[in-house]
Order: sequence, then structure tokens, then C-alpha cells
Amino acid sequence: MSDDTPDKTANDLSNLTVGGHRSDPEFFERVNSLSGQNVSLCYQCGECTAGCPTAFAMDFKPNQVSRLVQLGMAEEALSCNSIWICVGCETCATRCPKNVDLCAIMDALRQMASKRHVKSPETDVQSFHEVFLSSIRKSGRMHEAGLIAALKLKTGKLTKDIPLGLALLKKGRLNPLPDPVKDKAAVQAIFGEAQTPGEDNGRQ
Amino acid sequence: MSRVGVFVCWCGSNIAKTVDVARAAEAAASMPGVVFATDYKYMCSEPGQNLVKEAIHEHKLDRIVIASCSPRLHEATFQRCIAEAGLNPYMVEMANIREHVSWVHDDREKATEKAIDIIRMLVAKVRRDFPLFQNQIPLTKRALVIGGGIAGIQAALDIADAGYPVTLVERTPSIGGRMAQYDKTFPTLDCAACILTPKMVDCVSHPHIDIRTYAEVEEVSGFVGNFRVAIRQKAKSVDESKCTGCGLCTTKCPVRVNSEFEEDMGQRRAMYVPFPQAVPNIPVIDREHCRLWNDQKCGVCAKVCPTGAVDYEQQDQVTMEEFGAIVVATGFNMWDHRQIGEYGYGQIPDVISGIQLERLMNASGPTEGKIVRPSDGKVPRSVVFVACVGSRDENHGHSYCSKVCCMYTAKHALLLKEKLHDAQMYVFYMDIRANGKGYEEFSRRAIEEYGANYIRGRVSRIYQDGDKVVVKGADTLLGKQVQIEADMVVLATAMEPQPDAKNLARMLGISTDQHNWFSEAHPKLKPVEVLSAGIYLAGACQYPKDIPDTVAQASGAASKVTGLFARPHLRSEPMIATVDQARCVACQLCAGVCPFTAIEIVEIQDAKTKQIRLAAKVNESLCHGCGTCAAGCRGNCIELRGFTDAQVLAQIDALALM
Amino acid sequence: MGASNNSELTYAYYPGCSIHGTARDYGLSIDAVCSALGMDLVEIPDWNCCGASSAHGTDNLLSAALPARNLAIACKMQMDVAVPCAACFNRLAVANMRIREEAELRQRVETALSQSYDGSANVRTLLDIVINDAGLEAIKEKVVRPLDGLKAACYYGCLMVRPPDAVAFDRPEDPQILDQLVAALGAEPVAWPHKTECCGASFSLTRTDIVMKLTGDVLRMAKRCGAECIVCACPLCMANLDMRQATIEKVSGQQIGLPVLYFTEMMGLAMSLPGVESWLRMHMVNAGGVIRRLAAVQDMSDPALVSLP
Repeated sequence: MSDDTPDKTANDLSNLTVGGHRSDPEFFERVNSLSGQNVSLCYQCGECTAGCPTAFAMDFKPNQVSRLVQLGMAEEALSCNSIWICVGCETCATRCPKNVDLCAIMDALRQMASKRHVKSPETDVQSFHEVFLSSIRKSGRMHEAGLIAALKLKTGKLTKDIPLGLALLKKGRLNPLPDPVKDKAAVQAIFGEAQTPGEDNGRQ
Repeated sequence: MSRVGVFVCWCGSNIAKTVDVARAAEAAASMPGVVFATDYKYMCSEPGQNLVKEAIHEHKLDRIVIASCSPRLHEATFQRCIAEAGLNPYMVEMANIREHVSWVHDDREKATEKAIDIIRMLVAKVRRDFPLFQNQIPLTKRALVIGGGIAGIQAALDIADAGYPVTLVERTPSIGGRMAQYDKTFPTLDCAACILTPKMVDCVSHPHIDIRTYAEVEEVSGFVGNFRVAIRQKAKSVDESKCTGCGLCTTKCPVRVNSEFEEDMGQRRAMYVPFPQAVPNIPVIDREHCRLWNDQKCGVCAKVCPTGAVDYEQQDQVTMEEFGAIVVATGFNMWDHRQIGEYGYGQIPDVISGIQLERLMNASGPTEGKIVRPSDGKVPRSVVFVACVGSRDENHGHSYCSKVCCMYTAKHALLLKEKLHDAQMYVFYMDIRANGKGYEEFSRRAIEEYGANYIRGRVSRIYQDGDKVVVKGADTLLGKQVQIEADMVVLATAMEPQPDAKNLARMLGISTDQHNWFSEAHPKLKPVEVLSAGIYLAGACQYPKDIPDTVAQASGAASKVTGLFARPHLRSEPMIATVDQARCVACQLCAGVCPFTAIEIVEIQDAKTKQIRLAAKVNESLCHGCGTCAAGCRGNCIELRGFTDAQVLAQIDALALM
Repeated sequence: MGASNNSELTYAYYPGCSIHGTARDYGLSIDAVCSALGMDLVEIPDWNCCGASSAHGTDNLLSAALPARNLAIACKMQMDVAVPCAACFNRLAVANMRIREEAELRQRVETALSQSYDGSANVRTLLDIVINDAGLEAIKEKVVRPLDGLKAACYYGCLMVRPPDAVAFDRPEDPQILDQLVAALGAEPVAWPHKTECCGASFSLTRTDIVMKLTGDVLRMAKRCGAECIVCACPLCMANLDMRQATIEKVSGQQIGLPVLYFTEMMGLAMSLPGVESWLRMHMVNAGGVIRRLAAVQDMSDPALVSLP
């Protein structure tokens, strides 16, 4: 958008209150820019919710997450469990009659929640992502046995899935030894670039 | 010495808010040749026009510049105005300071300067204007109506009732169109056939209507009042003068194929009339499927015909015919839901379209009106309707609302409930658009009196599970997923333009929008006209419409045609090209570039040498005044009247020599 | 993705992190099948993890740059990239498309990688390559033990067919390619509606309840539609369908007993490749029943196979 043309899509929700919550006037734009989507396109038909495999476990359904963004409800959108329960299967994006990629919006919300240190109601899921990425950061590859062990330490759920792990081990399907990349510096450079301060890496 | 008057219009605040109109008028007053200049709030109003007329008399003005809006809007208004004041109507020029200035600029100072520049250019031009005169062109008072659905039928009847002959061309074997397929019509639930078939019969018995079924328009040339149209009469393989319509041949024909009229829910023969009330009641042989054409043996129809009307030797006939006006009433196509993978790619037998349900409900349909599932013939006890299937769906190429689905879905839910008392109807919808007379009340009736359960949300997936059809949707009002194990699903599929709409548009020289609906000349004020004179639109070929809107527009188109035919003859626009034959060397470049084939090469006698030689000549009836030939002429010997080189160069000089 | 750039069947192979662990059976069967079909898989040197769902939910750049490092290396190999895992494939293909389409992102990726990369690698699933490059006819010729109408539910999962603009090599709903392969092997693909329903993917370790429901739905639907086994093309799908099946049976009290096979394992079976028995032994759900059902109707006297549990 060049400076001299008025931005017709700009909206100012600063005087809006929804259910007692003041709208965050910048939230809508931020999500749009970070996700590369235009959330205004969503006309709330509900097709995303209808086809979502994990909607049953979400507190706000997919179309409602989109609605929260449309109304600038940052706090709810970033603290709901839905953004962590979205499994990224792209069913919604594939069938959306307005070609909105809700998965990209979910990603953007997750990214914002992480960067703003909003505690996820889905602690295990959040822990999983953290453990997963820190393992990649260290060795460049995901080591399944290591990941499972680290996750158990982080979540404190030490006994969960132990029989399954043993069975896998017995079947020769858990490799006890990690197999890291050789050029670890290259991987670390990627992580370094990703964490350039003061940015949350929006799309154009 | 010319005496120019300049009239600067405020257009309310449209121009005045951005352009200093008083300053513009003041500047105009001092331009060369200008003897009078003023400004006024609404120049196109009656007092505004009177102001112009009075100034013409008072200041003996002989040419006028109106600084206002686009000439497209009001040039004709002011041509009439100055003609009434005794001037030649072509002595007026429009300086467009609205669309070209006030609507596109914000800076008042610069906008005013630009407006003054534009006025100066038009003053320079108008000083070189000269009187132009219209010519008479002949007018063929015979109308062509393309398409024999309710739009075409209504238009044909209205034109014919006014006393003008009409040729009604329909490509299927019968007139009637989509409406003939419907069971009952919303919101009054009249039986479609009961109100349509009398009109079909009126058509066939009308002395001024010539019905050509199984025929197609193949080529169109000419212009308003003088269209030349090639019509292909496909071979029916039946001699219409001998056929009595007894129908024996259609019962004996051994070939069965899916019936287009029954939307593949039933079958027809290769020798067939599409439906019992067909008009004309003359069967045709579908040669693509006929055994005689495919296997070179059969001939049963000819053997059983009591009057010897079957004629295998019949050939397609192409005739060239002349018409003064054309009504395009080619209707719409139902979008094919087999394109939607999540709804089963059309592979689930009990997922049908709304138009298929019409046939299922119809007493003369494949089940004689009994509501049974296509898969196993069982009576459904739970039926799910899905609205907006392919409509308002950019994922499937239609951003628009198909306009009628909300209503016909309510009608389906209501009628099905009347037939199946203990069945439950569910309707998935996004919005209920019921904005017609009695429509809101009707759709509420389906809910309030017939217990249709409307669920606000879209459906994401439909699949077969055993003998049930599982529908997975959402209720966005509750924020919950909804699943229904249905017996049958009815999809309200989008309306879309006929697949060959673009082709017909090209043939007629009319335009289409991004979806291929035919474009009207003006969305509000010329909804029936197109940009080419003498061609009018009726019905859903323009945009999805229900029956009342279609009939209204068809009558509108007919009144345009009769209005045209009520004139004794047509007048040609004088702003057309003219060849200075003395200088023309007949290089024929102009003839090659003319988009309207308006330039002929003729023999003339050279004025000096008295020798016979070739030269270009403009057919004044065909010329649209586009100026392509004038720009292309190497010898610079073609001029466009009203836009001569002298006029255009004067405009440029007025700006350049500032 | 598009047709092959390769004149010979040589590919830059991106095995992914599971192939030496939970998907060892897949890895071994891939090696055997590809060598039988004359395909050469050259492992991308020093490849790294694609970042999976954790990266794209955390940071845009991370989700593009991690895959891009592999693709930049593969690009230099001038071969199509063969990806056996649907999830890895999805991440590589989506990142690749975004690098092509978003100039700013591409620039940041190139900075992170300290090298230029324009998104020109041709990322393909191994399934696509086996079927479209080696070809169904060549596969049929290698079939020595046609699978005798074994009823198989072909399970594509989410990430191989969605989002269609990034990954499409088959239609996004009711895809067909795996069904064609299964039919070529002499088995009978069943018509069933849950081909692309989600199994719960990475929630396996965290929200196991979600996986139990989703995977349970998939398994039960396959069973209801008459399948004797499920065929898949993704280690993540396999992990959920195979590993979680016993618990799903226990919790629901409903016996399912559907062996899950990688498509390469099924090919190995039909092509009678050495090692099939050892791959199948690594599964949690016993495949022996299916083998014996095949053995009963044709000469399949391979004692190792028939003795599978």
C-alpha cells in the first residue's frame, strides 16, 4: 500500500467492546500481515468448523477464531486452546469458499502467542513444540527416542507410553543413538536469523 | 466569426466542491471566440437548459460548450436543448470536468486549473465545429427472439401482440425452457406447467409468431433495424407438415438414453419429444444415439408412422433472414456439482441437485411425483438441503449469489414435507435471502408451519456410509459441529451462464462480464439494453433471476422492441467517417482495419481525368464513427465528422500553446 | 508436482527423521522396492529436519529456511527430490512455494542459509515417483504374487494432498493414485470416505485422546467398508494407525485388527522381495492373518511369511 492512497481496508476498532473486552485496534492488521491472509474475506459460513477434525476439542471453533481476529479480540485469540489444537491438516484451507487459509492464521496466532509469552492452555502441546525445536536446534535432526525422553522430563508425565516405547525398542523401531547433521553451524544460523529481535517475521 | 457560449455546471456539489466553477466561467469568458460564460447549479435541469436557450437568443450564440459531466451522460440532452433554441444539434461540445476532474482529484486549485484547460480545449474545438445532419436508414419490423424459455416466450408474445412478426429460435425440440422442468413455483406454489403451457400454446397459435425449435442462430451481421441472421434448422428427421403428433414412433423406438429434460433421472428414446406438453408436439430423431445412424439398421419409427412423416433424408437447412431487433433470452445453466470432491464428486446416488428434485416431485417426472431415493427407491425420512453450493464460492469460481436458491430450497423443504409427513427436513444456509414480494413470509412458513430445521452453517463433507448419507456441517450460531445421517441430500447448485454464452456474445457483438453473463448497457438505467443498439436482454442470461423478474424483464425487452418498431424509420448518427475520394488511391487499408465492414471499394469517375477508377466509400448505415480508418489512412483523406483533424489539433494546440 | 526432470530414475532422497527409527520398516522396504524398480535414491548429503508442525507454528522464517537448506543442497544435485514422508513432503513443498512467491521471505531465507535459493527444486512424494516415473506397467511386470483381491483401504492422510496449490499431484478429495497402485498389485482398493481424514498426526505424544478419536474413526470406517488392511504412505500416519490401534481397541472394547502396510511393503509382498517378512514383523498389528489369507488361495509357501504372527 503506497502512502498517498487511502487504505480502504484499514479499520479502527478502538471504540469497540465485546463481552466487556476492549478491542485491540492493531491486532487484526498484525494477524493479516503475519499470516499473509485477509481475515476480512471470511464471511463466517462455518465450513472450516464443519470439516475440522479437531474442532471437537477446541474452546473456540475455527470460524470463531477467525471472528475473534475480525473483532480485534487479541486476548481471547491468543489464549484459547484452539490455536494449539489446530493440527494443521489444511482441510479448512482446501475447502474454504473464500480461499482463506485459516491454517496460516492459526500459525500466525501461535507465533504471536509464543513471542508474547502467552501461556498456552495446552501446556503439553506447547512443550512438545519447544522440545522438538530445541532438539533440532542442537542436532539438526529430530531424534525420536531423545524427543520422547525430553518431553517426559519437561511435562513430568514420566510413565505415559512406556509400554509402547518398550515395544518399539523390541521391534527395532527406536534408534537409541542420535544421528545429528554435520554442519551444525548452518542449522544454528537459521535459528539465529529466525530470532532477529524486534520482529515477528510478518509476510509482506 | 464564431460566437461561443460556455456554461459551467456545478453538478450540485459533485463538481463545485472540487472545482471553483465561478473562476472557471470567468476564465472561459476571456477565451478566444467566447462571448458569454456563466455557471449554474444543475445545467441539465429544466431551468439550466432554459438558461442555455435564453443565452443563445440573447447573445446570438452559434456554438456552445457545456462544462459538466461525460458526453455519454448528457451530450444528447444538450444536443436537443440547443436544437430547440434553433441551432444545429452538433454545435455543442461537452467539457468533462466531473469524471475527468472533480471525481478524480482533491486539490481544488489544481483541479480548477485542469478544468479551465479542458474548457479551453473544447472552446478551441467548438469553433471549428460545423453543422451535421442525420440520414434516414430503413427499419425491418421483424424481431428475432433467441431462446424459447419463459423469457423468450414472454418477449415473443408481447412483441407479437403489438402486431409485429417474431421469429422465436429454440435449440431444443420444444419451447418451455427451464420453467417447464419445475414442479411448483414460489412463493404462491402455482404449478409451473399450469401457468407456462398456456403461454406456450399461445405462442404456437399466434399468427405473428414463427417458432423454430431444434434450431440455432449461427451468424449475425448488420446493425439495428437491419440485422442479417443465419439460422440453422437442424434436421428433425420428421416432416412437420405430415406429423400429427400421435407419438407412436416415440413409444416404439428401441433406443433409450438419459433424458436431458429429466436431468438424467429418467430416460427418453432416440426418437422423442422432451416432455408430454412439448410445443410443438413434433418428435425429433437424436441422430447421435439413433440406431439407424450408428448401426445402419432399424427404421422402426418410419415403419410405424401412420402418416409417413419420418424422413431420414432430411438435412440441416441454413437460412439468411432479416430482423430489425434481437432479444437475447438464452437463460442459464445449472452448475455441475460433480466438481465438488468433498460432496462426493457426484458419485453418491442420493445426493441430487435442486433441479433433479424438481423432476422427482413432478407428477409427470420419472417417478410420477413419488419421492423416492434414486439409489434404492426407498422413501426418505430425513432430507438435508444445502444452500449456496457453488454460489458465493470463489473456490469454485462463482463469487456471486445465485439469487433463487434460498427460495427454491424453502419451497423444496415445504413441498417435500407436504408429501412426506413424517420426514424431517434440514436446511444448511449461510444467509436467507428472501427479498421479493411474499418471499420472506414464504421462507418463514417452511420453518414455522412445516418444521424445516434451518441450520446456520456450511457443509464441509458429505459421504456415503452404508445406506445413509452422512452430512458434516456446522452450526455457527451454537459454535458446534453438526452431523446428520440423512437418507437424501439436495444441493442448491449455482446458476451459471450457458457454456456457449461467450460464443453468442461474440456473434452478436455484445459484451459479457467476468463470469460470462451478458452485460447490460447500464446497471441501473439501461438494464434491458446492451451497448449495441437494437439488441435487448431478457431473463437469466444476464444474471440469475427468478420467474417474476425474468418475465418483467422480458416484457421490458419487448417494449423496447415495439418502441423501436413504432418509428417510421431510423436516423443515422452523422458523426461518421467520410472519404475524400478525389485524393483516395484505393489502397484499401481502411477497409482492412474497419471493425464493422463499413468500407467498400467502389468504382468512381475521376473528377479531373474523367477516367473510371477505384476509391473507398463509407457505408453510412454500418459506420459506427470509431475513427480507425481515419487514423489508418496513409493519404490522410478520411475524416471523422465531428472529430476532424482540424478540430482535434485545435484542441491540442489550445493546451500546448498555453 | 510436475513430471520428472530425470532421464534416469535417479533422485535426491530426503529420508526424514523417522526413517532410521520408528519408520525403519518403511526405509528398508523403500530401499528394496526402489532397487527392484531400477530407481536410484541418492541421499541428500547432511540433510536436516524439515521443522515439521513445530516450526511453522513458531516462526515463519524457520518453517521456510529449515526445508530450504535441504532443497538448496538438492538443487545442486539436479535431481527431483523424493520424499517418502507425507508430512516432510508437505513442509518442503509449501516452503518451496512460498520462497517462489514471496520475495521478502526468499531474501530472508537466503540470508539465513548464506546462499541463494529460488525455490526451483522439484519436490515430489516417493509415491508419485514410483507410480508416475517407474510406472504402473513396470510395476505390474514385477508382480509375481498378485495379491488376490486383498481388500485394502488406501489412506492418504492430510498432508500429501493438501493444500492443493502447493502439493497437488492428485485431486484433494478422494485421491486415486494409491488406489491405482494397489489395484496394479492385484489387491482391491475399497471405496471408503476417510482417505484424507486426519489421524491426529503429531498429537500422538501430547493429546493422545485426540489421536485415539481421529485414528479410531479412520480405522473403524476402513473396517466397516470391508477393508482387510490399510495401506499408507507416511510414517506419521503409520505411527498412529498401527501403534495406537491396540489402545483404541482396548478403550473402545471393539476389536479392529487391521494390519497397516506401507505401500512399499505391499509392493514388496506382491513382488516377492526378500525381507518382506522382517519389515512386517516390526509392525504392532500382526499382518500374519492377511498373509495366510493370501497363502490359502495361491502358492505362497514362503515359510517365513506364513509363520508371521
